[in-house]
Amino acid sequence: MVQSLFYFLAFLSVLSALLVVFSRNAVHSILFLIITFFSIAGQYILMNAQFLGVVQVIVYAGAIMVLFLFVIMMLNLNRETEPQTSNLVKFAGAISGGMLLIVLVASLKGADQIVPANGMDVRTGLISNLGKVLLTDFKLPLEVASLLFLAAMVGAVMLGKKEIE
Amino acid sequence: MSDALICLIPALPLLGFLTSNKRLGKTLNGITSSGVILAAFLLSLGCFLELLGGHAPFSYQLFEWMAVGNLHISFSFMVDQLTSLMLLVITGVGFLIHVYSIGYMHDDEGFSRYFGYLNLFIFFMLLLVMGDNYLVMFTGWEGVGLCSYLLIGFWFKNQEYNNAAKKAFIMNRIGDLGFILGILLLFVQFGSFNFAEIFEAAKDLSFDEPMLIAATLLLFIGATGKSAQIPLYTWLPDAMAGPTPVSALIHAATMVTAGIYMIARSNVLYTLAPFTQDIILIVALLTALLAAVIALLQNDIKKVLAYSTVSQLGFMFMALGAGAYSTGMFHVITHAFFKALLFLGAGSVIHAMGGEQDIRKMGGLKGHLKITYATFLIGTLAIAGIFPFAGFFSKDEVLAAVFERNKIAWILGIAASAMTAFYMFRLLFLTFFGEFRGTHHQKEHLHESPPSMTLPLVVLAILSLVGGFMGIPFEHMHWLKTYLEPVFAVSHELVPHHHAELTMELILMGITLTIAIISIFAAYSIYVGRKARPADDMASLGAFQRMVYHKFYIDEIYQAVIVKPLEVISTALYGLFEVLIIDGLVNGSGWLAMAGGRVLKSIQTGAVTYYIFYMVLGLAAILLYNFIN
Amino acid sequence: MEAHQIPLNWYLFLSATLFSIGIIGVLIRRNALVVLMSIELMLNAVNLLMVAFSTYHNDPAGQVFVFFIMAVAAAEVAVGLAILVMMYRNTGTTDVNFLNKLKW
Repeated sequence: MVQSLFYFLAFLSVLSALLVVFSRNAVHSILFLIITFFSIAGQYILMNAQFLGVVQVIVYAGAIMVLFLFVIMMLNLNRETEPQTSNLVKFAGAISGGMLLIVLVASLKGADQIVPANGMDVRTGLISNLGKVLLTDFKLPLEVASLLFLAAMVGAVMLGKKEIE
Repeated sequence: MSDALICLIPALPLLGFLTSNKRLGKTLNGITSSGVILAAFLLSLGCFLELLGGHAPFSYQLFEWMAVGNLHISFSFMVDQLTSLMLLVITGVGFLIHVYSIGYMHDDEGFSRYFGYLNLFIFFMLLLVMGDNYLVMFTGWEGVGLCSYLLIGFWFKNQEYNNAAKKAFIMNRIGDLGFILGILLLFVQFGSFNFAEIFEAAKDLSFDEPMLIAATLLLFIGATGKSAQIPLYTWLPDAMAGPTPVSALIHAATMVTAGIYMIARSNVLYTLAPFTQDIILIVALLTALLAAVIALLQNDIKKVLAYSTVSQLGFMFMALGAGAYSTGMFHVITHAFFKALLFLGAGSVIHAMGGEQDIRKMGGLKGHLKITYATFLIGTLAIAGIFPFAGFFSKDEVLAAVFERNKIAWILGIAASAMTAFYMFRLLFLTFFGEFRGTHHQKEHLHESPPSMTLPLVVLAILSLVGGFMGIPFEHMHWLKTYLEPVFAVSHELVPHHHAELTMELILMGITLTIAIISIFAAYSIYVGRKARPADDMASLGAFQRMVYHKFYIDEIYQAVIVKPLEVISTALYGLFEVLIIDGLVNGSGWLAMAGGRVLKSIQTGAVTYYIFYMVLGLAAILLYNFIN
Repeated sequence: MEAHQIPLNWYLFLSATLFSIGIIGVLIRRNALVVLMSIELMLNAVNLLMVAFSTYHNDPAGQVFVFFIMAVAAAEVAVGLAILVMMYRNTGTTDVNFLNKLKW
């Protein structure tokens, strides 16, 4: 049961990822990306990483994709046709990406089939445990992340401002 | 007098060189330069007196020069009887010439530079004679060659003088190649450069061993370069381009005698190689004759003296070739006296004539330059070999030694002697007798030289007068031979010296004296009696006379046979190697770098897509590498 | 829940595939927006793998790290899109190959 669920989600994510890359229309790419995010969120839930699964949906599918859509709507991009990349570049890209995939798979192939021997603790992904770890061992990165957001916000605003003539 | 003090002898002139500076002013420069030489002379005198009193030869090691494996070469000095005599001559005559130069170079711009070079020369010459191994000697050998170059080309603004200086240096270097090979050959055979060690080991060898012949011949080649024998003598007449006191010091009294010193020092080796001695005798004889013949027709006062020097050096080498080492040294000492005197006198004449050197334009100077004339006369009598002047005793002894060896060589030696007397008196008569043949302007300015110049002349004249008495040929009265006996003892053991009977010696002496006097009378009758004058235009001479006047065209032959082909080869190699290969390599690598850069820069397209593409490829490569390993 | 029956290897392969697809996307597409989206895809592939490892080794640090990666990704998208908008304003197009002045 679990395995077939995994297969389905994996197939979904790979298919939508391919469609993200190969769609002509930018809006279609965004929609397929949203589907990819949801399937990955499904994988998280499958692994009982509840907190992350929810955060994935909220942050990625909810916030980031909305941002993308805003920008596309603002730039009115869905009407323009994108200039075609030359065949050479398509080939080169496909080959190099494919090579990377092959090398990765080959190097990882020899790894043993890992099934945890002493049983998995399914409480790892629960929000209470994560919260405990986050606020004790990872206090500093948490605070610094807030600074990061501050910087990102300031940067985004500064960049987006129109020059006052 | 302790052994360490001998280090001061070369150190003082070196100090003089280092402190000569234009800003000190002419007087101070002159005084310090001459003062250090006087101090060195006093120290040498001290050494000499100690050695005379029976002190053992001084030796002192300054520092360990090279220590490689089993080879230990130390930079050390040694003063034995032979060295002490050379020291006295070098510092003594050197001091007189320094004093003379103060007057002679008084108006010159490069006064301090001149004295600096002179002191440096004395330093190197002292190193040469004071070294206790061949390498220290060679250091001095090279150094005096360098100083000779600096001093000959002293008035460097004249390109002719620079060429003469270059010629001297290059010919010296050619001889030095032979010298180095000789030293190395000795090292291969004996394993040391030290004199004492080499001579000690050489005693056991048999006569005329091939290696020994080769080594001594090579060393002699070095001597031909330094002491102007055939074939490397042509630099000496050209070297007259330097100031006259330089000619007196370097090319009469000291540097050119370095070759004779070297052979006298290595007497054991030469005694064991009679073949080389014969070669030396032949070469020296030919040189003496050739130079004497050329001198008969020269018209430049300094050139006559230069060829006379070459000829007299031939005499010294003849003595060495005949195995009479102390005789060779005897002639070195007396020659230093009268040749320095003659050169300084010539300088005095040139100074009075305002720079004129052609004797055809001189004449009748004996009334105007009394002291110069008197001393010059004494010098001429000495070189002609008239009793009781110095040259008589030493030249006689040389001829006697040659007589023992080979009668024909003796006859040729007599011929050279006769020519010497003839051309020297020709020089004297044409310069000082008769009427004045110069311009009116020159006549106005004729004046005797200042005391700083005439005083050394007088001192040298006295030495030329009495200097011969150190070598009276009678047994037990020959002070010099007895004094130098310890240095040549081994040679005298190996080849017992056959003394001629007293009557034979007296007869020989009589013959040489008679021939000399006949030559003098011949010269007198030609140049004073018949008032003959050398032709003003050399083209009117006969063919043989023209050849003699042009030095048998030897310079031109060297130029055509040696110099020109070398220049052609040099140009060819320049075109081939320098331009094509080396420049090609250097420029080519630069071109290659630029071409490579041009190819590589096409990667930088500016489109980020390509950059990411390369990054991905690199990433894949890294992962692949890790996977394979 | 019972023990996971999915070996860790499979997560590795899935993550590698998604990552490669993301890279192909970055290389092929010229629209800046799609490039940014491909980058998000790559980030997600990495996140997936980290969560898998964290779960299998019972170490919550992996999931915490993923949390931070998501935070950073969000910030990056914000700034990246701002730049993209500026670029559009200046050049009138979102073609990445238009900005090629950094060449020889």
